[in-house]
Amino acid sequence: MVVSDTSPALAAIDLTVRYRGSSVPALNQVNMGVPRGMFYAVLGPNGSGKSTLLRALLGVVAPVSGHACVAGRRVMDWERRALAREVGVVPQSESVAFPLTVRDLVAMGRYPHLRGLQAETPDDRQAIATAMERCDVVAFANRLTSTLSGGEIQRARMARALAQEPNSLVLDEPTANLDIRHEMEILELLRTSVDNGMTVFFITHHLDLAARFADRILLLSEGEVVAEGEPSEVLDEETLNHVYQWPVSVAENPVTGTLHVTPLPTPTDPTPRKSTGSSRSDPSR
Amino acid sequence: MSPRAWSATLILAVIGAFSLSVWLGSVDLTIRETLAAFTGRGDTSIRQIVVELRAPRAVLAILVGGGLALAGAVFQALLRNPLAEPYILGISGGAATGAVLALALGLAVSHSWALPIAAFVGALLAITLVLRVAAAADDRVDVRVLLLAGVVVGAFFTACLSFVLSISDARTVRSAILWMMGSLAGADWVTVMTVALYTLPATLVLIGLARPLNLMAIGEETAGYLGTNVERVKKVAYVVASLLTAAGVAATGIIGFVGLIVPHGVRLVVGADYRMLLPLSFLAGAVFLTLADVVARTMLSPIEVPIGVITALVGVPLFLLLLRRSMGSTSWW
Repeated sequence: MVVSDTSPALAAIDLTVRYRGSSVPALNQVNMGVPRGMFYAVLGPNGSGKSTLLRALLGVVAPVSGHACVAGRRVMDWERRALAREVGVVPQSESVAFPLTVRDLVAMGRYPHLRGLQAETPDDRQAIATAMERCDVVAFANRLTSTLSGGEIQRARMARALAQEPNSLVLDEPTANLDIRHEMEILELLRTSVDNGMTVFFITHHLDLAARFADRILLLSEGEVVAEGEPSEVLDEETLNHVYQWPVSVAENPVTGTLHVTPLPTPTDPTPRKSTGSSRSDPSR
Repeated sequence: MSPRAWSATLILAVIGAFSLSVWLGSVDLTIRETLAAFTGRGDTSIRQIVVELRAPRAVLAILVGGGLALAGAVFQALLRNPLAEPYILGISGGAATGAVLALALGLAVSHSWALPIAAFVGALLAITLVLRVAAAADDRVDVRVLLLAGVVVGAFFTACLSFVLSISDARTVRSAILWMMGSLAGADWVTVMTVALYTLPATLVLIGLARPLNLMAIGEETAGYLGTNVERVKKVAYVVASLLTAAGVAATGIIGFVGLIVPHGVRLVVGADYRMLLPLSFLAGAVFLTLADVVARTMLSPIEVPIGVITALVGVPLFLLLLRRSMGSTSWW
């Protein structure tokens, strides 16, 4: 296929998504683009549309207007297996119906590379081994998923996405269950991957880590883009106070030299909360 | 044992079960007589018993047992539910209602083909109804709705069935109950060919879906992100596994437990990879039902015990034992 190298890895053009039975759109006229080779973090309160944006970008939910593009082509025009070779996804959660070994779980990442009942080639085995090593899951490769801790299963799912050998990686709060060591390992791994040319789309609630690792940040609120740009442009006290409805202080962290967001104690004179949208259901469950 | 060794063992076991099934029965035969019947030599009446009665019956057991186990494994992945079995979505209710109507109206007595056809039509009705309900909105199939619709449609047909039985005479009720417990009696080569016509292509299609089904077991959304056409896999798997079940039910009545315990047993032994699980479930189901039929025929010979009774009486303890060993127990009790 002919895909121009300058087209963004993922893009939304006037994207509006509305869930059945909901009066307010989950995403409203969203325009955004993830440039190739960037670490792109998506921030926003619960229910702001982060996971919906992920699903719409990958064609899992259909927009009511506008469209999503992957590598310059409309997502609905992609053949599913070709799309899975282009973009690897680590969804927020999944439950394995029948326990399987970590190695088998990671090997599923090769699905879009194999046809029918075709056996794994040496290339496939190499990709699986490399992915397992990079995510530090080799030690428990033969354990069943039902026996893993939250952090271990998360790393195994990460390895599965890497085994797809995609150009872009899309992750929905991948470090939510991880301790600081494994969280940092995953983030450094993602950062290294980006430095080697991969594109990363990373949904998180962790403002500090977004400030530290991301090249660009998208801030969503109630289905709309509030700000987009470099961390220093987006992480602004006034904007964050408004979006999160909580006072914060933004300062430079003396150790890392990146921005650090500190939530302040309950304000004595609370800023009046916005009333609109407070009853919206959370589309990310 | 490696999966390859398991396949080889189970293929030999199918052959062994078949041999046992044509050899043993209410008429005592020697091995020599049995073999002679297959090569067209020996006594005509023995040849009749072996080639026209026992052999088609054994082949039918292989096809139906394999088909039920395979369909059960597929439904477990599709519905992401370990309790799923081939009849969970109302097929048994639909088939039984059709069969009992054929019995009550006296059609089954005048035309031998009426009962299997009525059962098959009943099963098709249930399958279509369930799919229509679950696929109503934007043509996507919600498996939770599929499960709920299946259980409710099944309950509806069971009510119809109870109604027809309540106004039927005692003879019809007895035939109906026997049919509902399943039997391979009356198997002939025409039945075998008809069932094979459904079972063999369906088996190939379902085994071909092994890898997408593996992905479905870790969740539909993830399966989609890994390149599976989730909606197509769900529909094809549901329709084909249902047809496979319906063909079996029409020929032999409702044989329980095979579709539930065989896939679980195989999963406990070889793991959850559907590429191995599906073919091995078919083979294990074939062995299990063929041997169960041998027991059903010989236990109280010449009286036949309903095969559904045997599959439960033998299958359940065997399954519990496997389950116990999978929990780390090494003792037999």
